[in-house]
Amino acid sequence: MEGTSQPAAAAIAAAPPLLEVNNIEVVYSEVILVLRGLSLSVPKGSIVALLGANGAGKSTTLKAISGLLKTEEGSVTRGEVRFDGERLNGIDPHQIVRKGIFQVMEGRRIISDMTCVENLRLGAFTRSDPGVRRDIDMVFEYFPRLRERTGLAGYLSGGEQQMLAIGRALMARPRLILMDEPSMGLSPLLVQEVFGIIRKLNRDLGITILLVEQNARMALSVASYGYIMEQGKVVLDGEAAALAENEDVKEFYLGGHGADRKSFRNLKSYKRRKRWL
Amino acid sequence: MEWTLLFQLVLNGLVVGALYGVVAMSFVLIYKASQVVNFAQGEFLLVGAWACWWLLTNWQLPFWAGFLLTLAFMTVFGVLLQIIVLRPLIGEPVISVIMATVGLSIFFQALVKWMFGVFAQPFPPIFSVERVSLLGLEVQSVYVASLGVSAFIMLGFWWFFTYSKHGLAMRATAFDQQVAQSLGVSVPRVFAMSWAISAVVSAVAGVVVGVVNGVSSALSFYGIKVFPAVIVGGLDSIVGAVLGGLIVGVLENVAQYVDAQWLNWGNMYQIAPFYALILILLIKPYGLFGTRNIERV
Repeated sequence: MEGTSQPAAAAIAAAPPLLEVNNIEVVYSEVILVLRGLSLSVPKGSIVALLGANGAGKSTTLKAISGLLKTEEGSVTRGEVRFDGERLNGIDPHQIVRKGIFQVMEGRRIISDMTCVENLRLGAFTRSDPGVRRDIDMVFEYFPRLRERTGLAGYLSGGEQQMLAIGRALMARPRLILMDEPSMGLSPLLVQEVFGIIRKLNRDLGITILLVEQNARMALSVASYGYIMEQGKVVLDGEAAALAENEDVKEFYLGGHGADRKSFRNLKSYKRRKRWL
Repeated sequence: MEWTLLFQLVLNGLVVGALYGVVAMSFVLIYKASQVVNFAQGEFLLVGAWACWWLLTNWQLPFWAGFLLTLAFMTVFGVLLQIIVLRPLIGEPVISVIMATVGLSIFFQALVKWMFGVFAQPFPPIFSVERVSLLGLEVQSVYVASLGVSAFIMLGFWWFFTYSKHGLAMRATAFDQQVAQSLGVSVPRVFAMSWAISAVVSAVAGVVVGVVNGVSSALSFYGIKVFPAVIVGGLDSIVGAVLGGLIVGVLENVAQYVDAQWLNWGNMYQIAPFYALILILLIKPYGLFGTRNIERV
């Protein structure tokens, strides 16, 4: 795969996007409107970050793409999701996995009463080729510490569980991984490690990644492009580097405003000066 | 004390207990995959045994052919039952689903009575040798075969759930349906598969019991006997189901021996397993092997 150097990135941007979300509207239980006309596109081979406050609809966006919305009584009522030119609306989640989209859900969600290897083999459920065993070794090369853990996955540490969840995704040989908050509940060092791996997977295996994160600084450092959501809509998007420098983004998500703060006494009076919506 | 008699009874207990274990496993299979407590488990034995009996007596098929056809029929039976009766109930309250299985139980009991009458019917003889000698005891050859069949099914279950990807998918579905779907597993298909396997395995047990005792409505009683076995073992443990079955089987027979020797109450055979059930639940509320969740906080 091409690296993340600038000219290659430009070439990627020119190619038709692998994933296209056009103006979708998502409603839960037929009454709760969560996404109101959200659009984004993910170029092939890139890492795209989707940022926003709690409740902005980031996870919902991922579930709308992977079809898991169906399992939560949600549905896409308007707009469309296209993957590699094919319309995904209304397709069951287990079939979307077979098309090459794999969602690593928030909170790891590994199967705690199985071993690591069993979890990994399950990741390859949709495959019937003989390369599964070799791929398990490949995952262990990315995550060497998992190899020693032979007990039940439920007893792994949070970081190891996150690695297992990512490894399980790799087993499906996806073209696109939807990653929902991989840094959740991890120590800063582990966050570094996990993001390093995400970057490596993108570079080595050419897997396209759509990344939802609370840790905006980290996400923008690995991503080439970013979207910022608020109340079910994209309110700002741009090159990751430009977003990281954007004053509003700095203030709302990166906390740059308080860098020169000496005391937290006046914290209460701090208010967001401006909303996009 | 008559040691030979006691020994014989324990052996009987193990043979019957292994069958209880097999039925209990198929009960647990459905419960684990779809959280349905299946009150019609005993009727699976009934339907399977009658189907096999009918094929053997009406069509004069050789045993192996009739048996294989029965298994094929039960596969279809299990899948159809799931699709027609259980699938529309997905997402409904648990009690509705349980009542539906109670309804199925009554329906199939009545149906086989209507089709085959109320009298027990013997299977045509299958083994040329009626009895074999084992450790100095005379044992019906059917019993030996039955132990073999039970052991084979248990090994099969173990292999299926540890090594086959569909077995893993079934465990994943039992653990968390949303996760299973995110891995590419079709949950309705897993449900259908669990009902089919459960029906087939129960039918095998039904045929074995039918060969020993003749086919009659008494077979569905196994569906009740499964409850102490399953609950002793822990509702969601396959290993527990097997051990629970063996415990209940041996307990029944030993209780009968004790009753016949000293107590003369006359019904210990029936109720002893339930006393044991209460005792075990007092000490281990999750059963012997029931899982508590692994939780990281």
